[in-house]
Amino acid sequence: MTIDTERHGLEQEEDDKGGASDEHSARLATYVIGLGLAILLTAASFWVAKTDVIYGPGIPEALATLAVAQMGVHLVFFLHLTTAPDNTNNILALAFGLLIVGLIVFGSVWIMAHLNNNLMPMQQLMQMQR
Amino acid sequence: MSTADSTLPISDPYRLGYRGPNLARGHGGGGPATKRVIVGYGFWLFLLSDIVVFSCLFAAYAVLADATAGGPRARDIFDLDRVAIETACLLASSFFCGLATIAVAQRNQILTQAALAITGLLGLAFLLLEASEFANLYAHGDGPTRSAFLSGFFTLVGCHGLHVTVGLLWLGTMMAQFLAKGFRPDIGRRFLCFSMFWHFLDIIWVAIFSLVYLVGTRL
Repeated sequence: MTIDTERHGLEQEEDDKGGASDEHSARLATYVIGLGLAILLTAASFWVAKTDVIYGPGIPEALATLAVAQMGVHLVFFLHLTTAPDNTNNILALAFGLLIVGLIVFGSVWIMAHLNNNLMPMQQLMQMQR
Repeated sequence: MSTADSTLPISDPYRLGYRGPNLARGHGGGGPATKRVIVGYGFWLFLLSDIVVFSCLFAAYAVLADATAGGPRARDIFDLDRVAIETACLLASSFFCGLATIAVAQRNQILTQAALAITGLLGLAFLLLEASEFANLYAHGDGPTRSAFLSGFFTLVGCHGLHVTVGLLWLGTMMAQFLAKGFRPDIGRRFLCFSMFWHFLDIIWVAIFSLVYLVGTRL
């Protein structure tokens, strides 16, 4: 067990020291590109929220789309989620997490909106119970 | 052009279309995955579970957003200029955290400490802005007890603020560990987890400023 961890530790060292200055500048470029895209998308979100150019009732959808795009930018450029073999487990876990998030958020909103539509107003209900 | 490309041997196992023996690590041929990959995966699972927690708070807020009980609505209390500054602080903080990971990879103590200090100061500025917003709402009697909408709002945004506070404490311990223990592989893995946590907080904030603040002012 100790030998195993030691071996891993050494390999870790090699992994870390293997990076030349090229690799560092490539990583820096990744962060700068990510920052640029994030600023663009944030500015677009704030512009969409204030503008009258876009059809009013469509603005929440536009904002949600921009938010999803920016989250994607953050995942790829800041959290370095890739399609490489060492990342397949991360992608699968993310897919499952998104499924759960979708069920919770859309399920709650859907069910509660229908309940709101189908139930009579609270005051009316109180009068009937008297 | 494409035929010339396909005749080239694709020796990089990480490249799309690689057909050779699978020597990538963690897939049998290349031996076990590195500790860094495994630690990152474990922490990623924690972050995803935290995202599920936040999704419950988002769902609660979305359901309760119209239940203002005669109190202020979203567009009455949200100050978009403050939100824009908060967003800029957190985004810049996330960027400097990324710069810190490069400085750590270079084993440059001064750059690491400087990048982490800027990361922390920007995070602190974000927290102070959020605290002033909350204090302002309290001062006008619009605390979390005013309406279901404000309860949901304070719970969701406050939970994110709590995460940032914990992240700041963690940031301080990481700076101290780099100073006291140096760039050991285990400290590097702890820092990997911290940087994932910090970027994750920024992702949650993207959802909050878009879906709570910006959508709220248009409803």
